[in-house]
Amino acid sequence: MKEEHTHKNAKKYGMVIDLDKCTGCGACMVACMAENNVSFRKDETDRLKSITWMRVYKITNGKSFPDTDICYIPRPCMHCEGKGHGAPCTSVCPATATDYSHETGIVSQIYTRCFGCRYCMAACPYHARYFNWWDPVWPEGMERSLSPNVSPRMRGVVEKCSFCFHRYQLAMDKAFAEGGRELEEHEYQTSCTQACPAGAITFGDLNNPEHAVHKMVQPDNEHGGRPKNPKAFRLLERLGTNPKVYYLSTRKWVRQMGDNYLEKELKAVR
Amino acid sequence: MDSALIPKGLKRCSFGAYAFWLVVAGIVLLWGVYAMFLCWFKGLNQTNMNDYYGFALWIWADLAVIALGGGAFFTGFLRYIVGKDELKNIINYAVIIGFICYSSALLILAIDVGQPLRSWFIFWHANVHSMLTEVAFCLSCYFCVLTIEYLPIILENRKIDEVPFFHNLGHNMHEIMAVFAATGAFLSFFHQGSLGGVAGVLFGRPFSYREGVLIWPWTFFLFTWSAAAYGPCFTMTVTKLTEWISGKKLVKQNVYELLAKISGWMIGTYIIAKIVDTLYWAFVTAPSMGMTFMEFFTNNADYGLGILFVEIVLGGIVPAAILLTEKGRKNSFLFVVAIILGVIGVSVNRWVMVLQVMAVPTLPWEPWHLYSPSWQEVATTILPVAYGVILLMVSFRYLPVFPQEKELNS
Repeated sequence: MKEEHTHKNAKKYGMVIDLDKCTGCGACMVACMAENNVSFRKDETDRLKSITWMRVYKITNGKSFPDTDICYIPRPCMHCEGKGHGAPCTSVCPATATDYSHETGIVSQIYTRCFGCRYCMAACPYHARYFNWWDPVWPEGMERSLSPNVSPRMRGVVEKCSFCFHRYQLAMDKAFAEGGRELEEHEYQTSCTQACPAGAITFGDLNNPEHAVHKMVQPDNEHGGRPKNPKAFRLLERLGTNPKVYYLSTRKWVRQMGDNYLEKELKAVR
Repeated sequence: MDSALIPKGLKRCSFGAYAFWLVVAGIVLLWGVYAMFLCWFKGLNQTNMNDYYGFALWIWADLAVIALGGGAFFTGFLRYIVGKDELKNIINYAVIIGFICYSSALLILAIDVGQPLRSWFIFWHANVHSMLTEVAFCLSCYFCVLTIEYLPIILENRKIDEVPFFHNLGHNMHEIMAVFAATGAFLSFFHQGSLGGVAGVLFGRPFSYREGVLIWPWTFFLFTWSAAAYGPCFTMTVTKLTEWISGKKLVKQNVYELLAKISGWMIGTYIIAKIVDTLYWAFVTAPSMGMTFMEFFTNNADYGLGILFVEIVLGGIVPAAILLTEKGRKNSFLFVVAIILGVIGVSVNRWVMVLQVMAVPTLPWEPWHLYSPSWQEVATTILPVAYGVILLMVSFRYLPVFPQEKELNS
């Protein structure tokens, strides 16, 4: 059945991460792995082969003491909307195993349909997609602690952050049972949001002016969701990916690190 | 021992020598098959690919063999559609080489995907917006066309031809070959192009992204053009190699020169388009994404300007200059140098459009990520080469591939 793209109450779930608050503790990564049954191996030292739906990068301003400064950048899937051509990853998947939902703004991944060509990984500039190079194996007994709401992924398929989509489904089930009412802001929150001890992550509907995320970044939908808040930015915005994860920082060098700029353009960065 | 199977009037090496080299190629093939089964049963953890290098050696090999196999569709197009009759003397070999290249590409893809048993999903759940979907459809269809084109050559085997049904079948298939040549050219235009589109549409990757016309990035047209240009170089290289190994003249010089001249024009025009494309990308596309041209060629150990020089100058301008001049085409040394440089040029282009795309950092704080293949990847890439050698050996020995061979060696 053809999907109708003109929902009056279409949501656009997104995330705002305040980089000035992030301490790089990694609680969001741990919570994400536990919530989403992300598999791991005994030796996780090869970060190019370990699965981290939420990954915290550490960047520095490159200056020496006493001017040195660091910043931690948590990076989930950006759930890009793209501009006309869809997200970088959804438009290239040959088997329609990943799709952009115009109802929620979430980029889905159908594990049982993915046949592991990895074209989506090549397309994603954020490296937010991960391939299951090995069979998922948990230490004996630990499989009993897996979440029943999230299917574990098999070897040979791609996986990524889903904005804890199962939580959305559970919240929607409840709302439907209660007369089909709209979701409250607090009813659907991602695990990383709730786990962050510094309160650096905020999650909600970017289309809803009442939601904190909307107030924080003031997305300009006339211009592809660009933030009106001068302290907000999106990673690699210039590529036209139109991501739904926004970052806040009062530090200019951090905002400059959010995208690639020519030397002459750096001064113009807000 | 097998003389009854060898075409009448043609001389071949002793069966012992033939069997020896067949066994050598067979051992290499078995090594590749072993690695292939390791990848299938243990998974792609047998490779050195990683989450930054989802596309690596195999995808390069795929793109390269399909470009090199482009000699089949382009020679067929020239022979049957344009009417270059002399090319009937090399078309059989072009078809066999094309068949090997395309079957190899399909085999490599079957190893490369994480869930090979789900490969049919690409047809069942096809995403019409994906370049890879177009590749899968056209590649499969064109492989069927190549099989149909190869069949009448097999039916010409001395013993098979003795059966009236096969004789008539082969004859009738030859009669309608123009239809398949036209179909092959049509399909090739799209799958060669869509392979270029695979990299060109990646708007998240400034190194490979290109603007274009409607839904097709410029790489779509460049890949089709380059396959038509360089494919015949590979056909001629393999033919020359076969002549050298067998010690026989197989194709007349005028046939080589005709194909070389056309190839020269194609390479010449392609390389102009490629230079224009590179300049536009360097001065307009990449800067609009915040990157300078030199950022793509510095701060890493593998990719410097040298690779651009090899691709465009050594693999493009030099072979075009040689093949476009009568002196160059007639000088056997320069001729061989040109067609080999052509093969290298297009292979480097495909390497760059796969491997370098993955290596260039996209996030501003990330370093380059370089990659070297595991032995399993190397073995499975050599596997189709060994398979190709075996199929060429069998075809050359038992089928009348070269119509001029008898006359040239009498």
